[in-house]
Amino acid sequence: MENEKKVYDKLLVTSAPHIVSSIDTQKVMANVLVAMAPALAVGMYVFGMRVIALTLVCVIASVGFEWIYNKFMKKQQTAGDLSAAVTGVLIAFNVPSSLPLWIAIIGCFVAIIIVKQLFGGMGRNFVNPAITARIVLFVSFATQMTTWPLPSMAPVTDATTGATPLGLWAADKSVDTMSAVTNNEMFLGFIGGCVGEVSAFALLVGGIYLIWRQIISPLIPACFIGTVFLFALATSGSFDMAIFHVFAGGVMLGAFFMATDYVTTPMLPIGKIIFGVGCGILTMVIRIWGAYPEGVSFSILLMNIVTPLIDKFTIEKLYGGVKKNEKK
Amino acid sequence: MGKKMTILTKGLIKENPVLVLLLGTCPALATSTSSINGLGMGLAATAVLICSNIVIALLKNIIPDKVRIPCYIVVIAGFVTIVQLLLQAYVPSLYKSLGLFIPLIVVNCIILGRAEMFANKNSVADSALDGIGMGVGFTLALGVMGAIREFFGAGTLFGFAIYAGHIDPMGIFMLAPGGFFVYGILVAAVNHFSANGTKKKSFSCDECPLFNACTLKEDEELRVKVEQKGAEA
Repeated sequence: MENEKKVYDKLLVTSAPHIVSSIDTQKVMANVLVAMAPALAVGMYVFGMRVIALTLVCVIASVGFEWIYNKFMKKQQTAGDLSAAVTGVLIAFNVPSSLPLWIAIIGCFVAIIIVKQLFGGMGRNFVNPAITARIVLFVSFATQMTTWPLPSMAPVTDATTGATPLGLWAADKSVDTMSAVTNNEMFLGFIGGCVGEVSAFALLVGGIYLIWRQIISPLIPACFIGTVFLFALATSGSFDMAIFHVFAGGVMLGAFFMATDYVTTPMLPIGKIIFGVGCGILTMVIRIWGAYPEGVSFSILLMNIVTPLIDKFTIEKLYGGVKKNEKK
Repeated sequence: MGKKMTILTKGLIKENPVLVLLLGTCPALATSTSSINGLGMGLAATAVLICSNIVIALLKNIIPDKVRIPCYIVVIAGFVTIVQLLLQAYVPSLYKSLGLFIPLIVVNCIILGRAEMFANKNSVADSALDGIGMGVGFTLALGVMGAIREFFGAGTLFGFAIYAGHIDPMGIFMLAPGGFFVYGILVAAVNHFSANGTKKKSFSCDECPLFNACTLKEDEELRVKVEQKGAEA
C-alpha cells in the first residue's frame, strides 16, 4: 500500500500537448532574420552605407520600445525574443533609404507600442506592426516617404532621386516601362525603391529558405504572387507586364515576409488561399485603378483585418460533429 | 442642493457624453481637427442642448408619447437654425470650417438622447443643469481632442505655431484614422482614471452609466423582486 502511493505520487497528469519541440519564438525569429539577410545585403549594395544606419536605428528603437513598455507596465520581458528586432528590420525594409532617422523612430513607436503592445503584445496584434507603421508614415510624411534615392549603379547625373519603376508606370500607363528598366534589372534589384523591396532575387532566396525550414507555409506567397501574375496577364495581355508586376514594388517582400505573419493570417490552408488571393487582387486593383502607385501594404492590412472572418467561415467541421443546418 | 450639483457635474467626467456614454462620435471625430473647431462645435451644441432641454422639459406633459421623437426634432431643429444663423452672421470663419456639421446637430445623439433620457422625466431647472453639464462635457472632450490632433497634426495650438515650420507634423492626425486613434486613447484614459482603483469584474447594471435611463432597469428591478420572493419562499 505504501509503495503504491509512492508510485502514484510520481505520476504526472497534464493536458495536451505532451510532446514539446525545441522550437520557440526566438528560434523562429532568428530564422526570419537570417532569411532577410540577402535582401539587406542587396539593399546596402544598391543604396550605400546609410542603409546600415537606418536598419540599426530601427532595430534598436523597436527593441528599446518593447523593453521600455514591458518594464513600465511590469510585464514579462519579451525584448529578447527577437520579434521586435524582426519588426525593426521590416520597418527599415519598407521605407526609402534617405528617410530621416527620427521619422523611422516614429514608425517603430507606432509598430511596437501602438499596434503590438496596446493590443496585448506578442501574438495579440490584429494587424501586422511593420505594415501599419509603413502606412502611418506614408500618410503622415508623404514627401519623405516617396523620395526615392537613385541606386548606386544608375548612370551618373546631377539627379539624386528618381521615380520607382511602378511610379513611372503609374504616372503614364501607356509608357513602355521596359525601355527604362528591364525585368532583369528588377529581378536583381538595381532599381529605386524601398530598402528591402528592390531585389526580387534576394527576397526569393530568403523566402525559399523560410519555406525549407518550415517557418512559413508556401500557400500564402504562392497564391499572392500567382494572383498578381494572372491579374496583370489578364488586364495587360503581356507576359512581360505580368513579370514586371511580380518583381516591381513590394510584392515579393510582402508575400514572403509580411503576409505570412502567424498572428494576422488565417490558420487553415483554405483560409490561407483566400488570404493570398485577396492580397493579390487588392494589390492589382490599387495599382491599376487606385490613386497610389503601390498597393501591397494596403492590401495586406485590409486582409489582416478580415482574417478573423476568414477563419470563422473556413472553420473545419469535426468528424462526427453537428451537420450543417442541423440544430444541436 | 447636492443632487443639483451632481446633475451639473456628472456630464464632465463620470457620464461624459463623448468619452463615457460614447454618444456623438460622428461630430466629435469630424470637427475636432483643430482646437478652435472642436470648441466651436462644442459650444454650438451646448447652446442647442440647454435650450432644447428647457423647452422639452416645459412641454413634457403636452407632447403625446407616441409622437415624442418628431416633436423633439422640431424643437431641436428650431434652435439649431437659430445657432446656425448666428454663427453665419458673427463668426463666418467657424461657420465655414464646421460646414455641414452645424445642421447635423439636429440629429446629434447627445441632444436627442438627453431629451429622451432626462428632459422628459425631470423638472425644467434640473433639465437646464443637465444641459449645461452635458454640453460642457461635450465641449471639453472636443476641445481636448482638437488640441491633441492640432498639436500633432499641424504643429499649432489654437492657431499659434508651436513647432510648425521646424519639424514636419504628422498629417495622419488630421485624417480620420488619427481621429479614431486620439478618441480611443482618450476613452481608455478616462476609463482608467475614473475606475477609482477598482477593476471592473462584471458588466452588471450597477456600474453602467446609462442605468438611470435604461429600459432594462425595469427588468432588473423585476429580477431582483423575483429573487427576493424566491429567497423568501
